Amino acid sequence: MTVRPDPTFHASPKLAMEAPAETLAFTLMLSPDGSQPDGLAVIDVDSSSSDYGKIVHQVIMPNKGDEFHHFGWNACSSALSPLTGHAFLERRYLIIPGIRSSRIYVVDVKNPLKAKIHKIIEPEEVFAKTGYSRPHTIHCGPEGIYVSTLGGGGKDGTDGPPGIFIMDCETFDIIGRWEMDRGVQDKHYDFWWNLPRDYMVSSEWGLPPQFENGIVAEDLLSNKYGHSIHFWDLRGRKNVQTIDLGANHQMALEIRPAHDPVKEYGFCGVVVDTTNLEGAIFTWWREKDGTFNAKKTITIPPVAADPDDLPDLLKGFSAVPPLVTDIDLSLDDKYLYVACWGTGEMHQYDVSDPMKPVLAGKVEIGGIVAKTKHPNGKDFGYGPQMVEISRDGKRVYWTNSLYSTWDDQFYPGEGGAAMVKADVGANGGLTLDKNFWVEFPKGYRSHQIRLEGGDCSTDSFCYPSV
Amino acid sequence: MFEIETTAALWGAVVASGVYHGANPGMGWPLAVSAALMERRRLALITALGALAVGHFLAMTAILIPFSTMTALVEWQSEIRIGAGIIVILLGIYLLINRRHPRFLARVPPHRLALWSFLAATAHGAGLMLAPIYLGICAVDELDAGHRAASELMSANIAQAVLVSVTHTLAMTVTGGLAAVVVYFWLGLKFVSRSWFNLDVVWALSLILVGSIGILTAL
Repeated sequence: MTVRPDPTFHASPKLAMEAPAETLAFTLMLSPDGSQPDGLAVIDVDSSSSDYGKIVHQVIMPNKGDEFHHFGWNACSSALSPLTGHAFLERRYLIIPGIRSSRIYVVDVKNPLKAKIHKIIEPEEVFAKTGYSRPHTIHCGPEGIYVSTLGGGGKDGTDGPPGIFIMDCETFDIIGRWEMDRGVQDKHYDFWWNLPRDYMVSSEWGLPPQFENGIVAEDLLSNKYGHSIHFWDLRGRKNVQTIDLGANHQMALEIRPAHDPVKEYGFCGVVVDTTNLEGAIFTWWREKDGTFNAKKTITIPPVAADPDDLPDLLKGFSAVPPLVTDIDLSLDDKYLYVACWGTGEMHQYDVSDPMKPVLAGKVEIGGIVAKTKHPNGKDFGYGPQMVEISRDGKRVYWTNSLYSTWDDQFYPGEGGAAMVKADVGANGGLTLDKNFWVEFPKGYRSHQIRLEGGDCSTDSFCYPSV
Repeated sequence: MFEIETTAALWGAVVASGVYHGANPGMGWPLAVSAALMERRRLALITALGALAVGHFLAMTAILIPFSTMTALVEWQSEIRIGAGIIVILLGIYLLINRRHPRFLARVPPHRLALWSFLAATAHGAGLMLAPIYLGICAVDELDAGHRAASELMSANIAQAVLVSVTHTLAMTVTGGLAAVVVYFWLGLKFVSRSWFNLDVVWALSLILVGSIGILTAL
């Protein structure tokens, strides 16, 4: 507990954009075969520093086989709502779940160059207190730290539906399940919310047997992955509406609401349309009567390819699907970044009119067939994946691994870890920074990035931008 | 002269505690700014302040009215005042030791501001803080009450409880309202985090202080 609110808490997205730029990034490193423990890399992203683009500290975990994926802060700008009584928390701990082990690490980054493990929550505790497994997305909100999970109980995580549980934001004790009435929701992936409007939106990937040992082609072709988004009464913990995006829209993943809470819309990325291999973005919004609606506003076509250049999984299609695996929205709600992990492209859409996105910029790097090199001449394994935007919207960072077993199916052979950065032009446009290239330790792959002081997929704001 | 000064001091304490509660962002004025910005109309600021005031007022009367019915027991007057002082001190000590915020407040939907304000004030003992002050005012009044009928005294004290609650809530609302208006029209949202100080310890100590004064003056 502090005497003044943490200076990295901002009342509105606009104030967050005006705050000093990040000088450090935190990136998760995973060992794809579990031969080494996973870790957290602290990376210098200050372009005036002699260590620019270098890993300046690492926290290596004491266990193997965790498979790090997503992570988040113990506290963010949402603490500035008087309703919750959390104003004097510090943004100090990163909550890092292992989606394969269900173990959760709490890492103290108060002094980032000496970041260290603060607490470890063993999988047995997660299972016993929640009945869920495979913890994934982290957001800090009214009742503490919310953690989404991908699995239910039992060995293969199919004993009951997955859901969200709550952790105490000071002691990091697991409090229990969040849902009181989940309605038809039986799969889970991402979630986010609009705090003053009191609703949450969640999405669906698939159940653990559908992803842990690789993508199950039969399940995909028979549309058995998730294709619905769920809307919830946040404080009431109740599913109030489910929108089926259509069974062909397989894997509705990232949920990105407008940051400005006065706007009642957001986006959801769909990995693949099984009828035509397109990637898609849906815009969802709340009507005046409080009901929700969703419409497809972006489609990205597949690219024809010679079957000889394709992995077994795709040979029969003679095409590379874009595979929209991550999306991220700038704090001014202007640009939506869309990672096309299959084709090897990072798209930048101007979503000033959320119903009519316009492609404003594009970077080509990696890709199943294209294999575009970085401007510095180095190979970029896999394709653009987890993307994070600086608070001021001027810099965009991304890594390349999707998920250990899926990487191997779509990109046979080891692709290694990468993290790159692109600069955003004054009127849009996206250009890779030739001088930013992170060398990761051997045997690791890289996943989600968090930026010092918050970024575009961590902080929730309680006051509009004015 | 002593009575008038004491009465003035006690009423001053009623107003001062209202200013203190109102200025603290934790008691809700930023929610009024947020409401006006979210609804894009200035009037929403007033509506939100009104809801916060109603909740706070009810939290005050919920504590003071039960005490007012007890004040009819004139011969037990000092015991009641000492008892009230002890309760307030104990709450202060509890809040000093347990610095956690009650989690149930986070379950209140943001549009139910009056309920939130009532629960927040009650959970932090804002009503209890007023109890020793209120009982002090009643005690001064009774010095010249002579031997009025118990029922008459009780209704006079209930009226007094309402008056104390109204005065306190008014001071709180004017202060909080002023903060909200100044931030909304001039200073901007940056001031929400800048004006916020962690008063948990000060708050707990003020409960102990008020309780102690209550006991000392009752002896």
